[in-house]
Amino acid sequence: MSKLTLDDLRKLRDVRRKEINLRDTTAKDVQIVVGMGTCGIAAGAKDTLNALVDAVASQNLGNVSVRQTGCMGLCHSEPTVEVAVPGMPRVIYGRVKAEQAAQIVEQHVVGKRLLDSHILDRPAVDVMR
Amino acid sequence: MHATVCDYIADLVQNAVEAGATRVALEIETRSERVAVTVADNGCGMDAAQVRRAENPFFSAPGKHDRRRVGLGLPLLRQATEATRGDMEVRSTPGQGTTVSFRFDAQHVDTPPLGDLAGTLLTLLSLPGSYDLAVHRCAPAGDYAVARHELAETLGDLENAVNLALARQYLTALERELDVPPRPRARAA
Repeated sequence: MSKLTLDDLRKLRDVRRKEINLRDTTAKDVQIVVGMGTCGIAAGAKDTLNALVDAVASQNLGNVSVRQTGCMGLCHSEPTVEVAVPGMPRVIYGRVKAEQAAQIVEQHVVGKRLLDSHILDRPAVDVMR
Repeated sequence: MHATVCDYIADLVQNAVEAGATRVALEIETRSERVAVTVADNGCGMDAAQVRRAENPFFSAPGKHDRRRVGLGLPLLRQATEATRGDMEVRSTPGQGTTVSFRFDAQHVDTPPLGDLAGTLLTLLSLPGSYDLAVHRCAPAGDYAVARHELAETLGDLENAVNLALARQYLTALERELDVPPRPRARAA
């Protein structure tokens, strides 16, 4: 197998951009933040971040950012993931492994429904509809 | 708890970025007899007393987590290397930076596995901040180098999930080129 070069990566990027532009994406400026302090790393947050990246890429969502932050102070429920979708309350999910990461993308980001079973920080009642 | 060498690497590189480093150099070498890692940064550095405190499990650098009273990254690494006939060294100069090197005996039964290096590098190359991370990876089958600024120039926004997926595909391909076979574990005495 020949070594993958940065030029190859550039070509892959161009192909993916064309694929995404052809699809109708409803995810605009979605932000996903993964807690990546020592507690998060120990609980498997690196795998969580990678699973989120996979899930978003497989759904061809072009306007989703996946960022990292340090410890959010919720060490008891790592890995933690904060999700901000326009028009929905900001939510922090806890105990997010790869399976929950895929569910978050499919159900919350695409389906616009909260994943109730893993909500750590519940939005205020008057925000919920 | 940290289950893989990659978990320790992630801790050290994060520490470097949080110390204000603008340049971080990560060297990872895997051979049949050893795993050797060096993280060198140009961050704020520490004096001798601060280095000793950094290895105290009941000390955490101020500003990271206000209520936290433990800092386990370096103490856990020290414990893990010494339990596996390895070693760890911290060299630091205030105002210049810090270099942390550690080695595991690859044949020791308690040496942790390397882990998902491509996934870990993706995490580290996309940490928030104005820094460059230069990675040099060596194995018996060859070596590769990758830098954050190169990925950013090639892909663009390294917080965009699709770009991150492409970066991970690239890193996975580089790592597969080395085709490192699983390490046979030594029998327990």
